[in-house]
Amino acid sequence: MNLTARDRALRGESRWGTAALGIVTWLVAALFFFPVFWMVLNSFKTELVANAKPVLFFEPTLERWQAVTEETRGLLSFSEAFSNSFFIVIVSTLIVLLLAIPAAYALSIYPIKGWRDVLFFFISTKFLPIVAAILPLWIIARDLGLLNTSQVLIILYTAMNLPLAIWMLRSFFGEVPRELIEAAQMDGTGLYGQIKDVMLPIVAPGIAATALLCFIFAWNEFFLAVQLNPVDSSTVPVWVSTNVTTRGNFMAKISAASTLAVLPVVIAGWLAQKRMIRGLSMGAIK
Amino acid sequence: MAVVRYQDATRTYPGTKAPAVDKLNLTIDDGEFLVLVGPSGSGKSTALRMLAGLEACDEGSIFIGDRDVTLVQPKDRDVAMVFQSYALYPHMTVAQNMGFPLRQQKVPKEERARQVMEAARILDLVEYLDRKPKQLSGGQRQRVAMGRAIVRHPQVFLMDEPLSNLDAKLRVQTRSELKDLQARLGVTTVYVTHDQVEAMTMGQRVAILDYGVMQQVAEPNTLYRYPANLFVAGFIGSPAMNLLPTTHEGDSVVFGSARVPVDAAVAEQLAKVGPGQLTIGIRPQGLEPGTAGVPAQVVVVEELGSETFVFVEMEHLGQSTRVRVRVDADFRVARGDQLFLKVLGPVHVFGPDGLRLKTPNETGD
Repeated sequence: MNLTARDRALRGESRWGTAALGIVTWLVAALFFFPVFWMVLNSFKTELVANAKPVLFFEPTLERWQAVTEETRGLLSFSEAFSNSFFIVIVSTLIVLLLAIPAAYALSIYPIKGWRDVLFFFISTKFLPIVAAILPLWIIARDLGLLNTSQVLIILYTAMNLPLAIWMLRSFFGEVPRELIEAAQMDGTGLYGQIKDVMLPIVAPGIAATALLCFIFAWNEFFLAVQLNPVDSSTVPVWVSTNVTTRGNFMAKISAASTLAVLPVVIAGWLAQKRMIRGLSMGAIK
Repeated sequence: MAVVRYQDATRTYPGTKAPAVDKLNLTIDDGEFLVLVGPSGSGKSTALRMLAGLEACDEGSIFIGDRDVTLVQPKDRDVAMVFQSYALYPHMTVAQNMGFPLRQQKVPKEERARQVMEAARILDLVEYLDRKPKQLSGGQRQRVAMGRAIVRHPQVFLMDEPLSNLDAKLRVQTRSELKDLQARLGVTTVYVTHDQVEAMTMGQRVAILDYGVMQQVAEPNTLYRYPANLFVAGFIGSPAMNLLPTTHEGDSVVFGSARVPVDAAVAEQLAKVGPGQLTIGIRPQGLEPGTAGVPAQVVVVEELGSETFVFVEMEHLGQSTRVRVRVDADFRVARGDQLFLKVLGPVHVFGPDGLRLKTPNETGD
């Protein structure tokens, strides 16, 4: 938007002040983006170049990408880790939505007495540092025969994301005017129809945002994965860490692995963002 | 189409003591346009929502036709409602919005399209069927909300202040269109508004509520001419009736320096009411400036073009009291002028309990 001098005067802004703030913003953004940029850049270098004095111009190669995706017998491979991760993350996110949508609907549309306590209880389950719970979790998982299985991570990631999802969805549901639900009731819909035909399409952007966060949190989770499921059916973060060896510093290879690991999240974010914007511009009620 | 009957219907919101609607008894005839009117908090919307099934009826019953619907879910009551905010589904097109109730009834697609088109023709919405609500003006949205109600041919229409989000000019226009539409369709309609002008112009009968209690239900003319009590007298009519505390002297009541004779039947009741405050009610149209009468000082002049209302201050029971008088538009008057008020009547007298003392020749009510 182009502002005239008078627009700026009304807002109490000066041309130079605005420009300076803009520069600072770009600097901060560059500071945050730099490590990511450096990681992607490193993944296209050879180990020799990557571990030498940093340079900006070099001959790019896909050799490290190939090396990192190569399968080694007995070790967790790239394709295994990715398919495990996708399975665990998608299933746990679906379960979270399946449980959180009805819970959030009930809490925002038909709140019971003490609904605030219920919400607080949900979030209080996140107060305990996970490291304090890892031993009992490990013992329970062992007794149930769930160590080194996908199931244990699906269960834990569901539990981990559920409180957050309920909180987020409750506030999205709360923004839907009550009269819309009443109108749906008058139009002859039951509870299921109200949720499916009226609520869900309207809060779809909110659901997309919630699902995206659950996806990211579960995708990036490392601690539980490495403790409870470090071997056969483990996930991408564990696979990235297997590239850290005692035989030396393979910067380029780890960069390639890390770049691969963040790609799904970036793509998911990009897809969700499009959907969210479309949803948000859907329009007001009045 | 059906008769609607409230029978001692009471609603007390959880956590409150006073009922929002208190023992409402009201029968709405088949095809009638009934308006529920009252100030905010009077329980008119609650009464409507009880009929819709959106609020529980704690005591008493509600009937639609011969069916007791007190415990029937909203979706099974066969009533359609138009909301103040229209409550259109923002993710659906106009056609989908209007067809939504039919889809719930599992009406086949072609039949649905036919009925939606028919309603769209009635409401002049044909060219907007593919638009989303946010692409429509306020008046068009209001018509879509109407369309969603009429496509399903319900037994009863419920309307909760459907015109209050329209601008003044459109509101007046839509008012008459709505009345005409209702008459054509012949569907029993309950209409809620806080605007007494809207109530008077639209309702075949008007029910007035205050603090959850029904004050009076009658045709608009009857309400205006024979208000049952002080509340109705003050609520109906624009500008409002002048209501002054007064006493009686024999067969007359006191109005400033004047003694206004009352009907013989009223005088008889006056003798019986005994001590306590009476109230005299005279509409601005019931007073006229003349050469002799109650002396009064002009305070404010409101010129409306077609007529003029004058606030005057007069001496009444030893106190300076303000009353409103209607004068012809060509009557020139300014602040500070001295007038002499003549009482043309009708003059209403209200007893200490707030009820109007009736004359024998009243009709309606």
